[in-house]
Amino acid sequence: MSLILAAESLAEIINSYAECDASSVAIAAVIHVALIGAFFGLPAGIFIWAERKVSARIQDRLGPTRVGGRFGWLQAVADGAKLVQKEDLCPKDADKPLFRIAPYVVVIASFAAFMFLPFTDGWSAVSLDVGMFLLFAMLSLEVIGVILAGYASGSKWALFGGMREAAQMVSYEIPMSICALIPIVMAGTLNLNEVIHYQSADWIGVIPPFLHWNVFHPVAGPAFIVYFVCATASCKRAPFDLAEAESELVAGFLTEYSGMRWSFFFLAEYASMFLVSAVAAILFLGGWDDGFGIVRALKGNSTNVLDPGVIAGNLLGAGVLMLKASKLVLIQIWVRWTLPRLRIDQVMTTCLKYLLPMSCALFLAAVVYPMALVLGTGRPQILPLSNDVSAEAEMSTSSEVEVERAAADGEVT
Amino acid sequence: MTIDQYLFALFALLTCGGAISVVICQNVVRMAFSLIISLASISALFFLLSADFVGATQLMVYVGGTIVLLIFGVMLTSSSALLQIRTSPAEGFLAAGIGVLFLSVFSFTVWSVDWDRNEAKLAGVTAVDVPPQDYNEASSGNTVRPLAMSFVGLRPDKAGKAPGYLLPFEIVSVHLLVVLIGAAYLARTKRRVSAES
Repeated sequence: MSLILAAESLAEIINSYAECDASSVAIAAVIHVALIGAFFGLPAGIFIWAERKVSARIQDRLGPTRVGGRFGWLQAVADGAKLVQKEDLCPKDADKPLFRIAPYVVVIASFAAFMFLPFTDGWSAVSLDVGMFLLFAMLSLEVIGVILAGYASGSKWALFGGMREAAQMVSYEIPMSICALIPIVMAGTLNLNEVIHYQSADWIGVIPPFLHWNVFHPVAGPAFIVYFVCATASCKRAPFDLAEAESELVAGFLTEYSGMRWSFFFLAEYASMFLVSAVAAILFLGGWDDGFGIVRALKGNSTNVLDPGVIAGNLLGAGVLMLKASKLVLIQIWVRWTLPRLRIDQVMTTCLKYLLPMSCALFLAAVVYPMALVLGTGRPQILPLSNDVSAEAEMSTSSEVEVERAAADGEVT
Repeated sequence: MTIDQYLFALFALLTCGGAISVVICQNVVRMAFSLIISLASISALFFLLSADFVGATQLMVYVGGTIVLLIFGVMLTSSSALLQIRTSPAEGFLAAGIGVLFLSVFSFTVWSVDWDRNEAKLAGVTAVDVPPQDYNEASSGNTVRPLAMSFVGLRPDKAGKAPGYLLPFEIVSVHLLVVLIGAAYLARTKRRVSAES
């Protein structure tokens, strides 16, 4: 699938109304970019407001109360308006081109990772068979911008912040990726939408569908906690915010930044908080699956994307995913204002001595567990699928299909 | 020209421009940034060629991994001797010679391909409708599964007759580990020496 054809299915719909092939691809691409831009910017703005409100409540204050009515709804807009007006400073000792470009690297990396998020069943800008892999590759680029900012600022505080960030990101990426691999191994695909399909199910007797979510799996459940800790660290959130550490390093790699460039870093931080939370929701909490089979019931067996039932189901699914991701972001905010910051050696110890062995052990367990279950009970999971007979039949047919496909591939090559 | 071709031209220019500025720049961190641009553009070229997996690996391993380690290493050992690299004319001459040799090998390879026959072969192939989600057909760029299978030593596409890539894969990973340990060791000793002196 070529990247510019990312907007393919939308282009087809536009094309069915107006016969213009090239421009419909362009229009669809613009719609995709605008939508992702909205999903990139809006949650970030809302979470900045939420961060102020939640931190205020935790510290027994009121927080913003005036801008935009009683609850300070428009605080993020006011902040933005203030930041736009600020002078764009560049220190004398800075490596100027790198200093100017660093915020854009961070924002672009965070924005690009949003392309691969399935907001609901089939609604993603780019649906790739390696979507998960590419998403993590994009996320790992964010650290480059932070390191560049730290180096290029020409300030000792910034350099320290950048170095800490580099050490932290390079080590926390490993347990994070290993934990993200566990649902991937269970579902047998790197396509994020397929991972959600693997977790969504219908009611079977009295067993509610949400028990199929990976978080209720005996191995993937602990992996969710390890993943979430690592994800918090990878967003530079407290208690892992050593790159900023305002009580030690002034503001770490942000020290020399002002105005819009500073706010780009913040926008990217909140957007990637939302992103890793959405990924956590997709991998472990069933993504757009509401847990009671409502989305599945609304969508039925219809394959037409313009069917009212399908659209309603998809909208509900998108809302469910947003809700799950927002809950996880709120937990991150709550943790930030509750726990004190770790020292850098404690951060490294937590990762390399505890989280990394834990994630490796969990990965091993995730591979061995279905085999042990098959030996013990004859089935690879505890919960029954739709019902045992048809499930087994389904499994055998799918493996036959696999063999046939492999045979066909062999013939082709 | 189609959008594909415009994008190809853009990313090819970025790749070459990044590579040239790696050679021209004398500051190590700027070099590393140019290298990032060059390598990321190469991965974009891979995406344009429908090689998603290779492109993603390029981003993950080279841009996300190696370059970060490079910049990190520079910061860890940040002595002024490493931050500014000045090459002597002899080194420049040698490097230019090797570069020209490489260029001639590559251009020989490119020009030895019979493009007309390839075009004739591709003429019969029509564009395949890519499903918006789910597994794509192998002919439309989904090489992930066969690739992954052959990495662990299975070749279902060749009916198990051809060997997989498990051994080379392992050798490469051990090699990478050795390189990483070596880099860490070098950085460590340098630091200790400077602390003593």
